[in-house]
Amino acid sequence: MEALWEQILTKANYWMTIALMMVGLYAMITKRNLVKKIIGMNILQTAVILMFISIGAKRGATIPILKHGDAAAAHAPRAVDYINPLPHVLMLTAIVVAVSTLGVALALAVKIYQQNGTLDEADILARQVPRSHEGGP
Amino acid sequence: MTSQLPAFIILLPLTAAFGAFFAGWWFRKAVYPLVVGVLGLCVLLAGGILHAVFDHGSLRYFLGGWPPPVGIELHVDSLGAFMLTLVSSLSLLAAIYAKPSVETELADRVALFWSLYLLLTTGMLGILITGDVFNLFVLLEVASLSGYALVGIGRGQALLASFRYLIIGTIGASFYLIGIGYLYAVTGSLNMVDLGRLLPPLYGTRAVQAAFIFILTGFAIKIALFPLHAWQPDAYTYAPSGISVLIASAMAKTSLYALIRLLFAVFTVDFITVYRPLFNFLGWMAALSMIAGSIFAIRQRNFKRMLAYSSVANVGYIVLAIALVPATLQGLAPALVHILNHAVIKACMFMAAGAFIYRFDRWDIGEFTGLGRRMPWTSFALLLAILAMIGMPPSAGFVTKWYLVLAIIEAKQYPMVAAVFFSTLLMIVYFWRVVEIIYVRPERSPVPTAVRVEEVPLSMRVPCVALGIATFAIGPVWMAGILTPVVTAVNTAFGLGGQAP
Repeated sequence: MEALWEQILTKANYWMTIALMMVGLYAMITKRNLVKKIIGMNILQTAVILMFISIGAKRGATIPILKHGDAAAAHAPRAVDYINPLPHVLMLTAIVVAVSTLGVALALAVKIYQQNGTLDEADILARQVPRSHEGGP
Repeated sequence: MTSQLPAFIILLPLTAAFGAFFAGWWFRKAVYPLVVGVLGLCVLLAGGILHAVFDHGSLRYFLGGWPPPVGIELHVDSLGAFMLTLVSSLSLLAAIYAKPSVETELADRVALFWSLYLLLTTGMLGILITGDVFNLFVLLEVASLSGYALVGIGRGQALLASFRYLIIGTIGASFYLIGIGYLYAVTGSLNMVDLGRLLPPLYGTRAVQAAFIFILTGFAIKIALFPLHAWQPDAYTYAPSGISVLIASAMAKTSLYALIRLLFAVFTVDFITVYRPLFNFLGWMAALSMIAGSIFAIRQRNFKRMLAYSSVANVGYIVLAIALVPATLQGLAPALVHILNHAVIKACMFMAAGAFIYRFDRWDIGEFTGLGRRMPWTSFALLLAILAMIGMPPSAGFVTKWYLVLAIIEAKQYPMVAAVFFSTLLMIVYFWRVVEIIYVRPERSPVPTAVRVEEVPLSMRVPCVALGIATFAIGPVWMAGILTPVVTAVNTAFGLGGQAP
């Protein structure tokens, strides 16, 4: 039990990532409402983003901005004093990707609602006239 | 100059995608010539890159002048150059093919369609030239997002199909991103060459193993390997005809390329040799995919849906070939052979399916009676593609099966031979039914004395027939060893095998 607690506490960020991922996946798989599926998708993407951000963190480090001017050139930056900026930069891009995905998903959801008058996946499938060519899994 | 070719091949379609969007407002007529012109230039550039890669070795271009591992690198090796030529040619052919159907289906939104089409092409070409794993993720999403939007344009249940594709595709992409995160956490690098160099001492760590599993699962979703294929039949069935052609041939192969690149350039064959049981498991999944895909295909009455399930089976062939790599001297040869062959064969089949829908609105295989006489050219191209798929001797499919079976025997995994033969038998069952209905079964009513030939426009017919003939032309090309240097170069680059066809 002790060992398990230590596992969880020392690697809290990873456990949180996994927990959030599972929440997201659960919503995407089990929810029938399309918007809830989209929310699940966004939680999943956020979990990944947070994981990357937590990788870059360091104890006692500050934001990686070098002050120009006076004595900046005198003391060369020591990497341990700054958190790793690369994961943040990567995640800026990943957030852009996530937002675009969200945009496309919501646009599709709006169109589906206009076409069917409902956002419930089971209802939409039931409303479609069963056509012979759609047999099979 | 040649070192900048990789940058041009994505800049060109990317800028043209915006150009097409704005041209849609002011010069509606200029959109289509722009698209075809740009895609034609891409084919020329890809040819130039292929030539340059075989003359001087792989092309490396450092974006912004920052050398890797700090900067992002474009890295075209022989495999990339081969795929670039294939994907850009398929994009051009699909664009020529799609024109009539797009103009009838989307009257006033044609420019938006072509803009998205060019973005999809940009994403695919980008995946093929990038040398950075995170850049690959971004480009994969560029291609996928344009793909979702384009699938959603189609008729029937296209919107729901596209939505599901988006949800499942995003799970795949997120898994891939987590995999990259683990790799970055242990190595601090995102450059593929650099990762390949830094990873070997870390093969035993849990993080690298987990990264491998996440990346493999992510791509298994993107390529629609059997238990993870659920999004694919709907997406291929309801997408507009031209888009079905492009995503079933080029897009699927691009994801396979990314998987191969990750497996053999980042993890390398040494990692795979250490974790052979996992790779054998992949082989079994591939065999399952081959058989299950074929069985589902037999049950379908919608022709495009049947082709989609057939794609699940054929991805199984390619993944089986990949799974056999560590056990044979042929290396990636069988996989490369089938990537090219299946892309050409499936593109031709989807073009024929789209032509039947365009002219007669027939998608139910049972209604295909008499098409052999009404649309002789398209039907003939389809017949050639079907014969090639089944594996009639000088054709492309025959070469695939020949190399695959040789590789299996060399790897001593004899049950797989049975799987290949069984899936081929099933293929004959579902494809021959189509040939029988098109050519042999009489039209029900009224029996026409003189059948009018009602072919699709030339711009749809020519790409279809050209690909149909190509399915038989490629076989002798492989057998004559014209493409052997490509395969040898790919195997050497990844440190695999020795022999090549």
